[in-house]
Amino acid sequence: MSEVIDYKSRVSDPASRKFETFSYLPAMADTDIKKQVQYLISKGWNPAIEHTEPEYVMDSYWYMWKLPMFGETDVERVLAEAAACHKANPNNHVRLIGYNNFNQSQGTAMVIYRGKTV
Amino acid sequence: MAVKIYNAGVKEYRQTYWTPDYQPLDTDILACFKITPQPGVPREEVAAAVAAESSTGTWTTVWTDLLTDLDYYKGRAYKIEDVPGDDTCYYAFVAYPIDLFEEGSVVNVLTSLVGNVFGFKALRALRLEDVRFPIAYVKTCGGPPAGIQVERDRFNKYGRALLGCTIKPKLGLSAKNYGRAVYECLRGGLDLTKDDENINSQPFMRWRDRFQFVVEACQKAERETGERKGHYLNVTAPTPEEMYKRAEFAKELGAPIIMHDYLTGGLTANTGLANWCRNNGMLLHIHRAMHAVLDRNPHHGIHFRVLTKVLRLSGGDHLHSGTVVGKLEGDRAATLGWIDTMRDEFIKEDRSRGLFFDQDWGSMPGVFPVASGGIHVWHMPALVTIFGDDACLQFGGGTLGHPWGNAAGAAANRVALEACVEARNQGIEVEKEGKAILTKAAKSSPELKIAMETWKEIKFEFDTVDKLDIAHK
Repeated sequence: MSEVIDYKSRVSDPASRKFETFSYLPAMADTDIKKQVQYLISKGWNPAIEHTEPEYVMDSYWYMWKLPMFGETDVERVLAEAAACHKANPNNHVRLIGYNNFNQSQGTAMVIYRGKTV
Repeated sequence: MAVKIYNAGVKEYRQTYWTPDYQPLDTDILACFKITPQPGVPREEVAAAVAAESSTGTWTTVWTDLLTDLDYYKGRAYKIEDVPGDDTCYYAFVAYPIDLFEEGSVVNVLTSLVGNVFGFKALRALRLEDVRFPIAYVKTCGGPPAGIQVERDRFNKYGRALLGCTIKPKLGLSAKNYGRAVYECLRGGLDLTKDDENINSQPFMRWRDRFQFVVEACQKAERETGERKGHYLNVTAPTPEEMYKRAEFAKELGAPIIMHDYLTGGLTANTGLANWCRNNGMLLHIHRAMHAVLDRNPHHGIHFRVLTKVLRLSGGDHLHSGTVVGKLEGDRAATLGWIDTMRDEFIKEDRSRGLFFDQDWGSMPGVFPVASGGIHVWHMPALVTIFGDDACLQFGGGTLGHPWGNAAGAAANRVALEACVEARNQGIEVEKEGKAILTKAAKSSPELKIAMETWKEIKFEFDTVDKLDIAHK
């Protein structure tokens, strides 16, 4: 039996906040982000970028970065918009979304640039 | 118009109820029965008897038959097929006119289709294999209170399966200790926790106390993690009045989801509760205790794919589906057949998956299949491959049995799920590369690493009792 390790998560520590899909994995490298953009485009979803101050992470509505990129299939263009959003809002979480207009939902959503929590 | 004359006495069923030339209408309810007859009775006669006894027929002619148009109302046996690999039985297909059934009442449909006919003496055994509900009938049913998309929006979960856990031990905890177990699971990264189906309101933990502590646990975990959380509060109760009282209190506390056992609680109670949930913005998780009594015997009872359709019509946002990989029964192709029946808009007839009819759900929302029972982190690659994103994966012992406790167990499951989804999105064959994916993820998650060491060798490989009917001789 190994030694029991304490689970480090505190209400008082903003760094304990998570942000849904992939937030329990290490932050993605640029090459990994690119693969996720490729995935959502391959599914026929519409890419979109959103961002928020980390303290409002639980809100349904984050700030849209421009408009969803309907019909965009160029991975580099999507990455460029995400990078531009991150540059303009360096302290914010930046989320990549794949809108599925057939089931009127989001096929996927993931934070690709992590904001500053402290 | 042909005039009919009353002749008292017993007539062969097939004279009236065997109609091999009949073309089923788009509005008919169609049923496929697997019949194991008593020896010596012709197939057509038994099939006709099943059609008769599950619709308008009785054992003898009665004069009041002539006061109505029985040719309109009768069920018709219209096709007989061999069962592949089993000479003791055969399939009979029966069409029922839609006006035999009250609108929006799966209770009424089942009372006919699986009523007296199942005790009929000419049968050794009878199994309802599948039912095609016409879109005209589907449209009269309420269906899931919210459905998959609405639940995703409410919980803010996209691009992955939901993660849950049933709290154990299933009986005996006090309300406060029970809430502790819930809180630990949710702060560690699970989305949802679940009352065990046996938990109602026993002397060791009354429902009101449980609801209060559990909701406090959920709310604290939300503040701590910044993610939305829920716990299925079981409102299954001795009476409908008591059930609604508990549901109202759950709503008053701000709980997002409640739970019901639709077979032991009953379909009338379930349909009423689903309507209540729709009217009150509440999600409804459905447990299926007693299903194995009905669906496990390959020759007698009701197949689970029928119980699945019945639940989608009656109403529920989650339904336990079996896991294929864990400790409970499940054949992979058949399971895929009924999880698609829960989720999709249109499901094609596909005998290789046990689907006897096309089924059109129109705009009726889908139900999340729930994979629960005997699963742990090593099963994650298979679960992600089999179920995809629109499912709820529930790890009971696989969370609570972690050597460092529930929070660590939850984190291990969450890391494993996210690692598999990330890899799948990258085009990696997750089931094949599972070990490498988990091993890599464990490098940054000590919780996953120790979970993988704890459960490495556990496997459940009993043969499935209820296999699909294919020639397996």
